[in-house]
Amino acid sequence: MAIMNMLQALNSALDTMMARDPAVVLMGEDVGYFGGVFRVTEGLQRKYGEHRVLDSPIAEGGIVATAIGMGVHGLRPVAEIQFADYIYPAYDQIVSELARLRYRSAGEFYAPVTIRTPCGGGIRGGQTHSQSPEAVFAHVCGLKVVMPSNPYDAKGLLISAIEDDDPVVFLEPKRLYNGPFYGEPDQPAQPWNNHPKGEVPDGYYKVPIGYAEVAQEGSQVTIVTYGTMVHVAQAAARTAGIEAEIVDVRSIVPLDIHTIASSVRKTGRCIVVHEATGFGGFGGELVAQIQQDCFWHLEAPILRVAGWDTPYPHAFEWEYFPGPARIIAALKSVMEAS
Amino acid sequence: MTPKSRLHVPKAHARPGETPDFSYVQISPAGAVARPDINAPAADIADLANSMVRVLDEDHRAVGPWHPHLDAGELQIGLRHMLLTRLYDNRMQRMQRQGKISFYMRAYGEEAVSVAQCMALRPSDMLFPAYRNQGLQITRGRPLVVLMCQVLSNTRDMCKGRQLPVLYHWKEGNLFSQSGNLATQFPQAVGWAMAAAIKGEDRLAASWLGEGSTAEADFHYALLFAAVYQAPVILNVTNNQWAISTFQGFAGGEQRSFAARGNGYGVPGIRVDGNDFLATYAVTTWAAERARNGFGPTLIELVTYRGGAHSTSDDPSRYRPKDDYERWPLGDPIERLKQHLIRLGEWTEERHAQLAEELEAHVTDSWKEAITYGTMTDGPRLESGTMFEDVFKDMPEHLKIQQAQLRALRG
Ligand SMILES: Cc1ncc(C[n+]2csc(CCOP(=O)(O)OP(=O)(O)O)c2C)c(N)n1
Repeated sequence: MAIMNMLQALNSALDTMMARDPAVVLMGEDVGYFGGVFRVTEGLQRKYGEHRVLDSPIAEGGIVATAIGMGVHGLRPVAEIQFADYIYPAYDQIVSELARLRYRSAGEFYAPVTIRTPCGGGIRGGQTHSQSPEAVFAHVCGLKVVMPSNPYDAKGLLISAIEDDDPVVFLEPKRLYNGPFYGEPDQPAQPWNNHPKGEVPDGYYKVPIGYAEVAQEGSQVTIVTYGTMVHVAQAAARTAGIEAEIVDVRSIVPLDIHTIASSVRKTGRCIVVHEATGFGGFGGELVAQIQQDCFWHLEAPILRVAGWDTPYPHAFEWEYFPGPARIIAALKSVMEAS
Repeated sequence: MTPKSRLHVPKAHARPGETPDFSYVQISPAGAVARPDINAPAADIADLANSMVRVLDEDHRAVGPWHPHLDAGELQIGLRHMLLTRLYDNRMQRMQRQGKISFYMRAYGEEAVSVAQCMALRPSDMLFPAYRNQGLQITRGRPLVVLMCQVLSNTRDMCKGRQLPVLYHWKEGNLFSQSGNLATQFPQAVGWAMAAAIKGEDRLAASWLGEGSTAEADFHYALLFAAVYQAPVILNVTNNQWAISTFQGFAGGEQRSFAARGNGYGVPGIRVDGNDFLATYAVTTWAAERARNGFGPTLIELVTYRGGAHSTSDDPSRYRPKDDYERWPLGDPIERLKQHLIRLGEWTEERHAQLAEELEAHVTDSWKEAITYGTMTDGPRLESGTMFEDVFKDMPEHLKIQQAQLRALRG
C-alpha cells in the first residue's frame, strides 16, 4: 500500500498494465515525452519506449479512429483526450464506430479501447475546460462509462477498463486529481493523504466495472452521486446534520441499480446529485430507475441537484457548480416531505 | 530479405539538455523568391510552398520582389503595435502570477503575424483569430482597457464573464468570437467568405490556427471548401514550432511544409518568414489581392517561434532546451523591424526606448482603469443571474426558473 493522489494512482494503473501486457499502448496529445498536461502518463514513455506511448497529432477523431484500428489488430489502446471538452471531434468515431463495431459484425470484430479524459469544473477552466459529458456517452449503446471519485477506485477501475474487451469511456474528475474537494473553494486544498481511499496497492488489483459503492452509511436519506460530487455531498450532509447514505455510482454504464435501490428502500428518501447540466442529464435515468424500483418505499419525491442548464461560465464557476448550499436545500426539502 | 514495416516516431530537434538544431528549417535568402502574378494558377506556383519569402536581409535592408515599399510612417505604426502587443502580454502574464486573472497566453515572438497581416487587410475584412492573435485586436484599434476587462472577467467584460481570458470578440471591429476548441473557426471563415461571394461583396475573410491544429479535420474541411468554391479567404497557419510540448513533426511537418498542404487541394500555399514584418505584409497583400480579384483562396504558412510558454499553466523547460529561442534562426520580429527602421534613418535606439516607456505607461493606465471595473478578487462583480442570458435569444421558462432559484439562493 502507498499513499497516492489520483494522478499517481492512474499512472500506477497504466504502469501496472503496461508491464503485464505488451499489447497495452498509450496515445494522446502531449502524453509521451511530456507525460500529459496533467502528468498522468509521466515517465511511461521513458520506461516502455516510443512505440508504446505515442504522442499524437492534435486530432481527437484521428486518435480514436487509429485506436480502433489498433484495437482491432490486437492491441489494447488507452487513448487520452486532453480535456473531455475536446472529445467531440471524436464523437462520430466513438458513437458510430467504436460503440457498434461488435454489434454490427455479430461479435467478430471489436476494439478494446479505453478513452481516458479529464472532466468537470473547479479549476477556473471556463466553458471549454469544465464539462461533464457522461450523459452524452451513457446514451450510446455499446459503451461502458465510468467515473471514479478517489485514487483507489481510479486505479482499480482503470485496470478493469483496460482489460475489458468492450470500449470504456473513463472520465476523470480533474478537481479530484490532487485531493478530495468538499465544495468550498475558499478552504485550503486537502491532499489525499488524509482520506482512506488515498491508500492504494502498488500492484495489480481490480475494481470491477458495474458496481456502485456505499461511500458512507446513513439512515435518513440516500444521496446518489458520483465523481467530485461524492465528496461535496458528504460535506453538505455533515454540515446539515443529516445522516445521509451516500452511494457512489462509479459505473454509469452498466448501472448497478441494485445497490442504489436497496439503499433508497432503506432510507425512503433520495436526492440525485451530479455536476453536469440537469436537463437530459444522467440524473434523469437514475431517478427513473429508482422510482420504478422503490416507488412504494419513497416518502418524498426524488430531487435532482445538478449544474444549471447553461455552459460553464468562467466568472461564475461557483455559482454554477451545484455546491453544498443547493445540496443542503434539496436534502431539507426531501426530509421535510412526509 | 523479408519486408518489415517499421513505426516511425518523429524526433524533436532537441529536448532539455540537448543543443537546439534548427537545420530542419528551410530558409531562403532574402529576396530570392519570385513574386508571381496574382492570377497565377495554383499548379504553376507550387514551389512557393517549399521556399520561404523573405524581404529583410542580414544587414536589415529590404530586398527583392516582395519588398512592399511601405513608407516609414507605416513601418513605425507596425513597430508600435507589435511592441504594444508584447508589453500588454507581459503585463497580463505578471497579473496572472499575482492572482489577478486566472489564465493568460502570450504571443511572444510571433507578434508580426497578427500586426503585419492585419495592416495588409482592410477594416471591412472579417477575421477569425486564434488565441495568440491579440495583435489583430490591437492593430484594429481596440482599447487595451477593453481587452483587459475581458481578461479580468469583470463588469465590463464583452463576454459577460463566460469565456476564458484571451477569447475575445469584437463585432464592430469585424473580429469573430474566439473558440477554445482548436481549428473550428478555420472552415467557418471559409463559409463567411462564401457568403461574401454569394452577396457579391468586396470583402474577404481570414483565419488563423497553429501548426499543431492543422491536424484537426476542420483544417481539411476549410481547404476543401475553399478550393471547391474558390472562396475569397486567407487561411493562415502560424507555425511556431511547438504545440504545447508537441513538436511540429507530430503535425506532419517532418514530411512537407504546412503550406504544401494547400497544393493537394489546389489552393496555392505560400511559406513566409513570419518574423519578417515586410515579407509577412507583402505575402498577405498578395493573397488579399488574389481573393479580391476572384482568384480564390490562399494558404499562408507563417514560420515563427513560440518564444514563451504555451500558457500560464505550462512549463516549457520540461520539454525543450532553455536556449531554444535564443538559437532560433529567424530572430525576433520587433528587433528586426526596429533595425530596419534604424538602417533607413527613420528610427533610433533612443526613440525606441521612449516608445517603450510611453507604451508601458499606457498599459499601466489602462490596467488601473480596468481594475476599477472589478478583478477576480476585488471590486464590482457581474450579477451571476446573467449567466442564464444568451443561452437562447429568448429565455425559456426552465432557465427563468433556474435564474430565480440562483438569485433566491444567493439572497
Ligand atoms: C479540439 C481541441 N483539442 C485540444 C485542445 C487543447 N489544446 C489547447 S492549445 C493546444 C496546442 C495547440 O498548438 P498549436 O495549434 O500549434 O498552436 P500554438 O499554441 O502553438 O499557438 C492544445 C492541444 C483544444 N483546445 N482543442
